Amino acid sequence: MSAQTARDRLDAWVREIVDWHFDPATGCPFWLEFAANAGWDPRREIAGFADLRRFGSFEDEWLRGGPVQRWIPRGLAGKPVFVFETGGTTGVPKTRVAFEDFRIDYELFSATLPDEYFPKGSNWLMLGPSGPRRLRLAVEHLAQYRGGGICFCVDLDPRWVIKLIKKGWNEHLQAYKDHVIDQGVTILQAGHDIRCLFATPKLLEALALRLESMGTTIRKAGITGIFSGGTEFTPQWNRFAHEELLDGAYMTPTYGNTLMGLAASAPSGPHNDYKIAYYAPQPRAVIEVVDFDDRGRLVEHGQTGRVKLTTLTKEFFMPGFLERDEGEREPACDRYPWDGVSGVRPYRGFASTTTVGVY
Amino acid sequence: MLHLPVLRWGQPYTSLDVDPVVHFATGEPIANVSRANGGLIQRDMRKASRARDVLREIPVDELIARVGKAGELYMNGTLPMGDGTQTPDEFVRAQSASTGLPERMCRANMKKNSFVLAEMRGILTSLTRGLQFDILTRGHGEERGVPVSYQPQSPVVGLVLPSNSPGVHTLWLPVIPLQIGLVLKPGPQEPWTPYRMAEAFCEAGIPREAISVYPGQGDVGAAVLESCGRSLIFGGTATVDRYRGNPAVQAHGPGFSKILIGDDQVDRWEQFLDVMVDSVLLNSGRSCINCSGIWASRHTRDIADALARRVVAVRPLPPDHPESSLAAFTVPGVADAISKEIDADLQTSGVTDVTAQHRGDARLIKEDRADYLLPTVVHCDSPEAAIARKEYMFPFVTVVQCPERTMLDAIGPTLVCSAITCNGAFRRSLLDAVHIDRLNLGPVPTTQLNWLQPHEGNLVEFLFRARAFQSADL
Repeated sequence: MSAQTARDRLDAWVREIVDWHFDPATGCPFWLEFAANAGWDPRREIAGFADLRRFGSFEDEWLRGGPVQRWIPRGLAGKPVFVFETGGTTGVPKTRVAFEDFRIDYELFSATLPDEYFPKGSNWLMLGPSGPRRLRLAVEHLAQYRGGGICFCVDLDPRWVIKLIKKGWNEHLQAYKDHVIDQGVTILQAGHDIRCLFATPKLLEALALRLESMGTTIRKAGITGIFSGGTEFTPQWNRFAHEELLDGAYMTPTYGNTLMGLAASAPSGPHNDYKIAYYAPQPRAVIEVVDFDDRGRLVEHGQTGRVKLTTLTKEFFMPGFLERDEGEREPACDRYPWDGVSGVRPYRGFASTTTVGVY
Repeated sequence: MLHLPVLRWGQPYTSLDVDPVVHFATGEPIANVSRANGGLIQRDMRKASRARDVLREIPVDELIARVGKAGELYMNGTLPMGDGTQTPDEFVRAQSASTGLPERMCRANMKKNSFVLAEMRGILTSLTRGLQFDILTRGHGEERGVPVSYQPQSPVVGLVLPSNSPGVHTLWLPVIPLQIGLVLKPGPQEPWTPYRMAEAFCEAGIPREAISVYPGQGDVGAAVLESCGRSLIFGGTATVDRYRGNPAVQAHGPGFSKILIGDDQVDRWEQFLDVMVDSVLLNSGRSCINCSGIWASRHTRDIADALARRVVAVRPLPPDHPESSLAAFTVPGVADAISKEIDADLQTSGVTDVTAQHRGDARLIKEDRADYLLPTVVHCDSPEAAIARKEYMFPFVTVVQCPERTMLDAIGPTLVCSAITCNGAFRRSLLDAVHIDRLNLGPVPTTQLNWLQPHEGNLVEFLFRARAFQSADL
């Protein structure tokens, strides 16, 4: 697909999504009320992605508190609905309703996974945050979607981890990490023939080190393919993992959250110094890198800015959400004919107040 | 530009993440330092026992000789520094440029480190109380007809090092001759001493695989502490509180060092003014052994005034100036925050910035990218004032009026106490006070150290456990 084709497809998709969310028959109460108060009709004035800037920044606070039903599109009323949370260590978490999006997102992601390392029908282990997050259900669906695999899950409560870090309860933190890894190792050794793994970088590292101390490795434990994600996923850590932790298992970094979906990464390795560039699953979601001060302006390719996310599905419309991350704008690549972002890390404006690497 | 790699048991490892070290005044990059990651340390520490094994192959006496030679090389040699080299002068310039410490103070700290290496035999004899060194190697032996056994608690020591004063490195220099490996996490602005010392050791014949250097951020420090059976960490009060009671970690923080003047001597306080000035000013007030409190029951306003008149003469000078005595703050915002905190404390009744009356301008000076805090003497009418328990990383001292009879209860934890008194009962109380670490009786500057004595705990006792041991012939 050419860049122009991708752009045309995105613009067409934007029009379809805006039509859906601002049609009184199908839109959700939040956006219908927004349009009523805005004094302009998005269905007439939004002709493509560039026009979405008319919405300004999507406010974080809009997602906090209830009733969450105001986000349910009338066009989907009556269908089974999930609510997923993000944040919430203190105060009210952000919530997002979902019907099928998490499944669709992970089915699209599935297409990026090489069967050689993520064999169809193989069993998975999910070692990461569960509870009110979508990750557990999403990874479980990924396993099921890829040939009917079964996903084993180990629970992790990141809000408790953040509290332990803030309180400086290092012994408890270590004990909790050990508790999670104990469960992961037990499942891996229980004869379930697990071949694929989701783990956060911290837990993947801890798992690999534990297995090494037991005289084995991730690969020898049966794992052939891993996907992982988080802002602590630096090129150096990526290299360290490949060179010293994984024993030949394949790992692909991902970037995503409950609000946007899942961005896959372009191939990385020694050829590009393990640089990690993420590309959103356009047209369902778009990643932009914008100027720190002028949030409507894209920075040049290679320049640093704040990550801005836009979600465009019939379940959820989120134009111009400023993420708590920054990074460098990446040009299109062979696999993804649209912009991406690399070097993702906590946004400098929040960095001192953000607890990262908690999983 | 220099690049300093991670040293993994002596082997250089170039990280994809690098942190620049910049000149405090110009912002010009001086070096790029490879940043380690926590997992890398945890993996390497699986081979920590190898560090002790290779050191144990060399007798302690021989190691003492080699570290003595290392001291000469550190002081006078041109040594590798990452992918380049450094002469002693280049080392001093680089250290001054990144830490803000005047060059003459960098040289003074070099001498301090070199002296400790040269005097290692005496220092180890003192710290081990005359133990035969080969007992540490074998793990057991006999002293004065009694079987003794000393067991190392870790094959390596982790060091999470600071950037403020290169003099603190003296604390870990005896580790290698004790046949224990080194795991160093340099301070972000002061990578120079760990690297130069590591190279000096290696050139002097210490096996490379006995030393690791892991520059990095907080996760690296945490990994060092987590992975090493014994560690020293340098930080603020919060760091000390966090590791209090942890037998694996010796935390070094603010010293809150003080001079106490007894009622029997305070009427002739002028005679001790030089001791007070030296205790406050040496090393630009950056050390834990610098005096941050002078306590007496009377004449405190006069003492503060006389001290203030002396210290206000100290002004920022170029770092290579032979009389430069004031270090720059190199981390943006720190000097502002400290000055504001002092100003807030000065709002308390009975608290006066005596230097302000003599200085004529503001405490905080900004010169291009560098900030300076001018020496500050604050008088407190009472020990109740919060500022009487403060210590800052510049020449700052409170002169506190407090009756002698309540002084010891009021001073709080004190690393170095120089007590100027001949009162036998007061001296007895001082000797018994468990919140005083180093005690000087008489007009001894708090900054004057005897290297043959322990500092914040005996390193040998921290690293080795004395235990019972018996054997029978088979």
